[in-house]
Amino acid sequence: MISRRALLLAPLGMATLTGISFWMLLDRMRTGKFDPHAVPNPLIGQRLPDFSLPGQPPSPGFSAADITASGRPALVNFFASWCLPCVAEAPQLMALRRAGIPVWGIAYKDPPEATAAFLARNGYPYTRVARDEPGRVAIDFGVYGVPETYLIDKTGIIRWRWAGALTEDVIEQQLQPLLRQYS
Amino acid sequence: MIPELGHFALALAVALAAAQAVLPLWGAASRDKRLMASAPALALGQLIALATAYACLIWSAVTDDFSVLNIAQNSNSLKPLIYKITGTWGNHEGSILLWCLILAICSGAVGVFGRNLPSSLRARVIGVLGVVSAGFLLFALTSSNPFDRLWPPPLDGRDMNPLLQDPGLAIHPPVLYSGYVGFAIPFAFAVAALIEGRVDAAWGRWVRPWTLASWSLLTGGIALGSWWAYYELGWGGFWFWDPVENASLLPWLTGTALLHSAIVVEKREALKTWTILLAIGTFSLSLSGTFLVRSGILNSVHAFANDPARGVFILALLGLVIGGSLVLFAVRAPVLAPSGLFAPISREGALVLNNILLCSIAAVVLTGTTYPLFADLLFGAKISVGPPFFTATVLPLAAPVFGAMSVGPTLPWKRAELWPALQRLWWAALIALVVGVIAAAGLKRGLPALAFGAAAWLIVGAFAEIVERSRLFRIPFAASRTRLAAQPLSVWGSAIAHAGMGVTVAGIAGMSLAQSTIVAVRPGEAVSLAGYEWRLDSVHDGAGPNYTARVAEITVLRNGKPVVHFAPSRRAFTVQKITVTDASIYTTGLFDLYAVLGEERGGAAVLRLHLNPLAPWIWFGALIMAIGGGLSLADRRLRIGAPARRAVAMVTS
Repeated sequence: MISRRALLLAPLGMATLTGISFWMLLDRMRTGKFDPHAVPNPLIGQRLPDFSLPGQPPSPGFSAADITASGRPALVNFFASWCLPCVAEAPQLMALRRAGIPVWGIAYKDPPEATAAFLARNGYPYTRVARDEPGRVAIDFGVYGVPETYLIDKTGIIRWRWAGALTEDVIEQQLQPLLRQYS
Repeated sequence: MIPELGHFALALAVALAAAQAVLPLWGAASRDKRLMASAPALALGQLIALATAYACLIWSAVTDDFSVLNIAQNSNSLKPLIYKITGTWGNHEGSILLWCLILAICSGAVGVFGRNLPSSLRARVIGVLGVVSAGFLLFALTSSNPFDRLWPPPLDGRDMNPLLQDPGLAIHPPVLYSGYVGFAIPFAFAVAALIEGRVDAAWGRWVRPWTLASWSLLTGGIALGSWWAYYELGWGGFWFWDPVENASLLPWLTGTALLHSAIVVEKREALKTWTILLAIGTFSLSLSGTFLVRSGILNSVHAFANDPARGVFILALLGLVIGGSLVLFAVRAPVLAPSGLFAPISREGALVLNNILLCSIAAVVLTGTTYPLFADLLFGAKISVGPPFFTATVLPLAAPVFGAMSVGPTLPWKRAELWPALQRLWWAALIALVVGVIAAAGLKRGLPALAFGAAAWLIVGAFAEIVERSRLFRIPFAASRTRLAAQPLSVWGSAIAHAGMGVTVAGIAGMSLAQSTIVAVRPGEAVSLAGYEWRLDSVHDGAGPNYTARVAEITVLRNGKPVVHFAPSRRAFTVQKITVTDASIYTTGLFDLYAVLGEERGGAAVLRLHLNPLAPWIWFGALIMAIGGGLSLADRRLRIGAPARRAVAMVTS
């Protein structure tokens, strides 16, 4: 009756496999390699979409060409004055700015005076700030919601996207290795 | 002081559970009567300690003791009293404590009601429950202690997620958990039977009432959750195939299978190994559901504070409980001698079919729920599995279940003929056909018409066995009535539960015909939907104890006469800064009118309006199912336990 015995062992085998898979998933969650809430973006590995936006005075506007012209990796950050996580990530953006990483800001669906008040209150971490009041460029980027940050390498390819506030952990574990890789 | 008392009671419960896990099992192994007899006392001691701990947690919540971290994070002085109490299980720590408390109640129940069990079996069942209790209590004490203090205490708490501040959701977790955790008792019986190496009819008879009770509670719990999603989330649906919903559906499916296979063990001593596996599997799925919700592995609307480190602890516990029981199963199951042969066409055969189909549905749902995880792990691909998959796979498997549900109970045990059984059901088939044809003619849509036919088949066919047994319409009515009254409650119970399923199917079929619209309306304007005129009278501000609101006043008219007045609102909760929609629902029992207030733009308010035919039947059907289960539970045959083991009192007359 070997087959019967094998049959009786099958549930244990399946449970063990499931258990090992869950353990691996938990492990990858802890090291940041697996995020169940991550939303994939098809633009990763693609060229930056072509755009040109007006500036938020006093900053002049910028286009996709301006971002790649610097010849070094840069961040594009979508934000809005009405978004609370944007306030939360402001200190992290300031720290990136101090570290010399160019951050191009795009104010998403936000009236100019509100953006100005937001920048006055939370600091100005940006190289330049452009305005996307109709939200068209955000659609081209595939923005899921503000805040959202994209890493563009020096050749203009989108390498990484983060939906939600940048935290110190995210910068430490995900962004810094990529910045080292692409600089 | 009170939180420390609770903390101490929790620690005491861990110690007592550890004793409960070791002493009775040891006693049963070494045939030490005194150690075996300690089991009920230890179980009751653990129950008292945990009840004290939980009372302390409620006390801290009610008295706004914000020096307790858990209360500061989840309560607020402005929160109404009822939600201060129910809020204790609205967060991770408190819900784990409630989970343990219900498990302790299960142990205590076996201790109190299990007096007629053989002492070694009772000791082993309580011991196994003690192992599970000890594990989860240790988890509660070490990594999810609800009594952790916070210093300095904040002036006020952060308040509970406003979505949870709702009467439906207030009672949903205790009912659902009772269902989940209740399956620990069949599980413990299964493990105890494996240790003893014996499963017989008496075992089946002990296991059935516990399974039935948990199944009824789980049915009620799932229905409450679905009802809450319908009226509180304001999405207009009742089931979203969300991973957490699926996690509660899985033990329900295998639990339903267990309920039916345990009948076969009880009546015919067949399917023993399979029933044991189902008992282990059902509780394993209950546990895994708890784990999946809390580890944050699944992407779901149900969010507890997710913490992978906690996930590892629970996973280790699951490995111990599930892995341990399955190892025991692999080693000991061959000892269980199969007996009780039966032909494929028989009552047993029908119950096997029920088991195969229910477990197939469970397998499909499990695959759909976990596939995105495994796809990520194996191929690094982000995939989401949505309702179309579940509809396409569950429906073809559910259809034969509905077909067989009315036939099965009319088949005799051991060997039966299918054709005479079907002949006895001709009138049910005729009614189902008529309903189906009328529905098809009226709706001009195939699938809902089929579903209505199936619902009629289930509701009418459920009573076929009773009609058959009482020989209704074939012998004088008075004689039939005497026969009806003589039917055991369990026969009525199963008929009512099957009919309840039919009512739910009718409700789901009705919901598939729902009409809805999203419109921007200015005050004074009206829109028409489904033959009703919905007039927006005004939009104004309102206020509640811990929220401010925008309220829309809507009058629904039919032929110019007002039918109902609606006041759906959008509530902004002041402390958590979360906005919640509060839908207005008017139900006639045959359909629901449903209105949700959305955003306001330029003087116009966005309204979402629904007409949901037969929507209340979905939950009403589930309630009927639970009542059927409860009725069956009240059957005298289940209460008196195993007659073979009891000394029969001599009666002289």
